[in-house]
Amino acid sequence: MSDMPRSVEITKVRKENHHTKTFFLDTAIDSHPGQFVMAWIPQLDEKPYSISYSGKELGITVQERGEFSKKLLDMREGDLIGVRGPYGNYFDTEGVKGACVVAGGCGAAAVANLVEALAKVEKPTVILGARDSKNLLFEERLRKSAGELYITTDDGSKGAKGFATQALEKLLNEEQFDMVYTCGPEIMMKGVMDLCNKKKVYSQISMERYMKCGFGVCGQCALGRYLVCRDGPVFTGEQLKDVPDFGKWARLKSGKKVPLKEYAEKKC
Amino acid sequence: MADLSTELLGLRMKNPTVLAAGFLGISGELLVRVVEEGAGAVTMKPAGPYEREGNANPCVIEWNHGLANCVGLPSPGYRNMEDEWSEIKKAGIPYIAGIYGGSVDEFVEVAKFVAGKKPPLIEVNISCPNTNEHGQIFGTEPESAAEVIGAVKRVCGKVPVMAKLTPNTHKFIEVAKACEEAGADALSAINTLGPGMFIDIEARKPVLSFKTGGLSGAAVRPIAVRCVYQLYENVKVPIVGMGGVENGKDAIEMVMAGATCVGIGSAIHKCGLGVFKKVCTEMESWMDANNVKNLEEIRGSAHE
Repeated sequence: MSDMPRSVEITKVRKENHHTKTFFLDTAIDSHPGQFVMAWIPQLDEKPYSISYSGKELGITVQERGEFSKKLLDMREGDLIGVRGPYGNYFDTEGVKGACVVAGGCGAAAVANLVEALAKVEKPTVILGARDSKNLLFEERLRKSAGELYITTDDGSKGAKGFATQALEKLLNEEQFDMVYTCGPEIMMKGVMDLCNKKKVYSQISMERYMKCGFGVCGQCALGRYLVCRDGPVFTGEQLKDVPDFGKWARLKSGKKVPLKEYAEKKC
Repeated sequence: MADLSTELLGLRMKNPTVLAAGFLGISGELLVRVVEEGAGAVTMKPAGPYEREGNANPCVIEWNHGLANCVGLPSPGYRNMEDEWSEIKKAGIPYIAGIYGGSVDEFVEVAKFVAGKKPPLIEVNISCPNTNEHGQIFGTEPESAAEVIGAVKRVCGKVPVMAKLTPNTHKFIEVAKACEEAGADALSAINTLGPGMFIDIEARKPVLSFKTGGLSGAAVRPIAVRCVYQLYENVKVPIVGMGGVENGKDAIEMVMAGATCVGIGSAIHKCGLGVFKKVCTEMESWMDANNVKNLEEIRGSAHE
């Protein structure tokens, strides 16, 4: 099959929280937890989205961010969007029993499938963090497959007040995990990696960088010596500990390397 | 065992494969990795006069016969590439720098700076079809091509200059000869073909954001081979031949047409970064089986 977007119909739209919706699409894409698709709105743009539901109807979960996501969030059942993929590697779950999954903000979209896959062997411990209670994503969905679900909010409006990393630090002192998986804000993921590397616990981290081709030829999503679209998006803590860009630098559309904060503000 | 070592204007390479311009060259660390993965040399993404984002997505797609792209010369601007230069120089890899501009003055401005970095070679993009102001508008006529190459050459001192040619002109050979006369030390061919267009019939709209995009990959290889063959008959400077090379036999064919080095890019889509090692191993096997000791023996052998 070619790597060209195909227009497919939106079959269902579900509101997840005040600025996030899941779009179910009339296409089955065989994928593994952690992989992504490129979603295209003709004459506007194309962006990578984690596959939040696989199976008969592909699902992507979209949080309001820039012009593209705003347009996408306005789309309705019956509208067409283009998709290509799946792309990238995926979370390695082979032989993993006692797992902890740390999701921050809309990062929950990238790990929801993973939590469900892990639960078939042993229900993982899940930490779900967000700025506040109204930004929590997939709380009920994750609760069904989690052994324990810990909620943290920066402002304490739900669950423990504080960051997901603080909850993880406490758990790592009390429990043994085979693997810690994470997706969320990069600063959080850097914190997760550092905690895991210190405790000598394996970790897998789902990265984000601005992408163009999505299949490993253009180099736009370079992260150190890696390509997020093809070598990733999932990297191990072992790989990322040697990447100075992680948690610090990212590239704009022009290829210019800028501090992560500037990259985030550009919403590219 | 066959010897693949190659020299291009003093640039010594362990094999003739070169990462083509535009692929991965955004990052110094990635270029270093491509050499570790087996490329004889790598080409940096061409530096432009100022920061430029390029075209919106979708800007690279694959259509079963190759790639189509309208990436459109993104660049941090030549002043914002110090990290890349230092990564490349620290690693000491064989590399080719690249430049583009929107006017002769801009070409000269970028060339001056880049030549100051003393790269082994500078490739001058007069052939990108994916912007209205750069690239191909300079490379379809012998006069404008010669003007750019001559001006660039005058500010590059001892650093050799290579013109990257477009196949999208009926004056292909005239342009090549004009570049050679203007001082080009080498020629690379071909840049992408077309451009082409893809329309999503459900959306009823073009797929690529720029509506059109240059074609590369397997579908264009016969045209690339013909262009390299014609260049070899008409110019004396070395040729970096590229267009759809995916395996050892394709690379041997390019050398027989007259190429000194063989560019590889689109094949990364299908084969990953392992493509350089794969192409070289297959070249060696063919050469061993045919008792060919080095590339000199077969370079240009398709000619009378």
